[in-house]
Amino acid sequence: MNLDLHTNKDVLAGLLFMVLGALAVASAADYPMGATAQMGPGYFPMVLGGILLLFGLCVLRRGIRAGEPVQGQWGWRPLGWIAFSILLFGFLLERVGMVPTIVATVFVAAAAGREFRFREVLVLAVLITVFCVGVFSYGLRLPLRLFGGF
Amino acid sequence: MAILDNLVLGFSVALSPENLLYCFLGVALGTLIGVLPGIGALITIAMLFPITYHMPAVPSIIMLAGVFYGAQYGGSTTSILVNLPGETASAVTCLDGYRMARQGRAGPALATAALASFFAGTVGTLLIAVLGPTLGQWALLFGAAEYTTLMLMALVAAAVMTQGDAVKGLAMVVVGLLMGIVGSDVSSGLARYTFGLPGLSDGIGFTVIAVGLFAVAEIVVNLESKAPREIYSGTVTGLMPTARDLRDAAWPAVRGTIVGACFGVLPGAGPATSSFATYMLEKKIAKDPSRFGNGAIEGVAAPEAANNAAAQTAFIPMLTLGLPATATMALMLAALTMQGIVPGPQVMLTTPDLFWGLIASMWIGNLMLVILNLPLIGVWVKLLTVPYRWLFPAIIVFCCIGNYSVNNNVLDVYLCAVIGVLGYVLVKLGCEPAPLLLGFVLGPLLEEYLRRALLLAHGDPSVFFTRPISLVFVIATGLIAIAMIWPAVRERGPA
Repeated sequence: MNLDLHTNKDVLAGLLFMVLGALAVASAADYPMGATAQMGPGYFPMVLGGILLLFGLCVLRRGIRAGEPVQGQWGWRPLGWIAFSILLFGFLLERVGMVPTIVATVFVAAAAGREFRFREVLVLAVLITVFCVGVFSYGLRLPLRLFGGF
Repeated sequence: MAILDNLVLGFSVALSPENLLYCFLGVALGTLIGVLPGIGALITIAMLFPITYHMPAVPSIIMLAGVFYGAQYGGSTTSILVNLPGETASAVTCLDGYRMARQGRAGPALATAALASFFAGTVGTLLIAVLGPTLGQWALLFGAAEYTTLMLMALVAAAVMTQGDAVKGLAMVVVGLLMGIVGSDVSSGLARYTFGLPGLSDGIGFTVIAVGLFAVAEIVVNLESKAPREIYSGTVTGLMPTARDLRDAAWPAVRGTIVGACFGVLPGAGPATSSFATYMLEKKIAKDPSRFGNGAIEGVAAPEAANNAAAQTAFIPMLTLGLPATATMALMLAALTMQGIVPGPQVMLTTPDLFWGLIASMWIGNLMLVILNLPLIGVWVKLLTVPYRWLFPAIIVFCCIGNYSVNNNVLDVYLCAVIGVLGYVLVKLGCEPAPLLLGFVLGPLLEEYLRRALLLAHGDPSVFFTRPISLVFVIATGLIAIAMIWPAVRERGPA
């Protein structure tokens, strides 16, 4: 029990499951329950939410008794850049078109790596763009504008 | 001979130029990603998935299947040459395969791996052809109650058998089931868990979950660790194993095939578990167990045969029952569903060209793999030098375009980022994402069968225990659950 709870894998996982379970139950309470013979839309999620709460409690309890710390470092920096690059893709695509979006996404995503060499990323961005335009626009004929908004 | 007729039909489908091309594309891509560490079959299928959406059903499923079993072949190459398993299923091959390479016997090790895999692949394909229709016939007897308990069993088994913690696995299944029911309720039309977003009324897209959980989370895990990569500099000479090698490898390959074929059908087990199991078996029955870990050829032949046999037989429950045994099979199932094909016993009857064409293409694909792998080994080794920092931005871009193109909706792209963050946190907390994906795929089906079973039984839950097939599934689920709790109880015992 000399572990700090906030680095304890099981405590955190248990709490996360309990939060998700509680959310599921709280929302399901707004949906009609129905009866076992004629289940309403709230029945199944309510049961699932309850089970999830229970499992979360088991994991949490075990974590408090004895648990392992999270392995390795949290990679918040790469996670942030990767998530940002995906969000950026969604934000730009319908506004500026496929080509600028891909270039921007490659640059932001590449920032998540341990090394960032501008020239290398530039070459990479060009190659990926050419490949994607070839495959998606010409090969699969997806309705994606190359430049400009939709 | 009905099977013969069916196989003829299958080969006529699989040998069409278009399907041959997609089969080749699949296995070549599979080998490629199997060789590249950090990208597995799962990510690749998740990435290709939206592309297949725009293709006809038969070639797309042939290609995805090729990626899956091709990756098992490619994974063994890196295990043997650089001690880095490209796939978890070939991790065991490192033990003896890399040792053989260090002793200058890389060629025979690679050849043994390829031949054992080919043998196992052939047997696996035949097993699907023989068992598929039988199991399909049997599955036609299933009603809503049977399907409910069968799914329950599969989900519990999947949660328990995946590496890591069983309780967390079960919790992940439940999270998956909950994510699966997001969207309009089938019977009442009520929008559930959509948070007022109209884009969610059709549910969360399968690609969003798969790409977020597997591609995004995995990339971040790879970026956070600082594992240096060992580059193999030696050359591979003398591919052919000696007559003695062949003799030593033959029986282990047969045993590996049997173990792998059995494990492949089990929910949650799949190629990875089967290769470990068969390695342990070989070590146990060997006259001189100390040879294992020091370059024993049996230690290469058996696990390679096992993971490939399992990769084939995993298709049996997916194709005949509509029940995915592993996360990869869940992806295949979703790919079929997206093509408008409902996997289950009817597949063989309504789309025999798909079922038999896929089986025939698997055998052809296995043959292609032997040809691809042995003479081209030098090319694959070169690919190992491609740095990861070139790969992951490309993966991110493909995933984004893929996700967008399914519904032409940017909401799917945003959601993917959110799921990716959630997936990464879960992985760090020791929760395997595979059970979540299975739960997600089966969630809507499970709810529907459960409702229907209880509606027909007027709300009496005893229906699950009074129907014999259903009872068998319930008992099996119970046994699996007990097997899971047992070690924990014993630990707390006298100690």
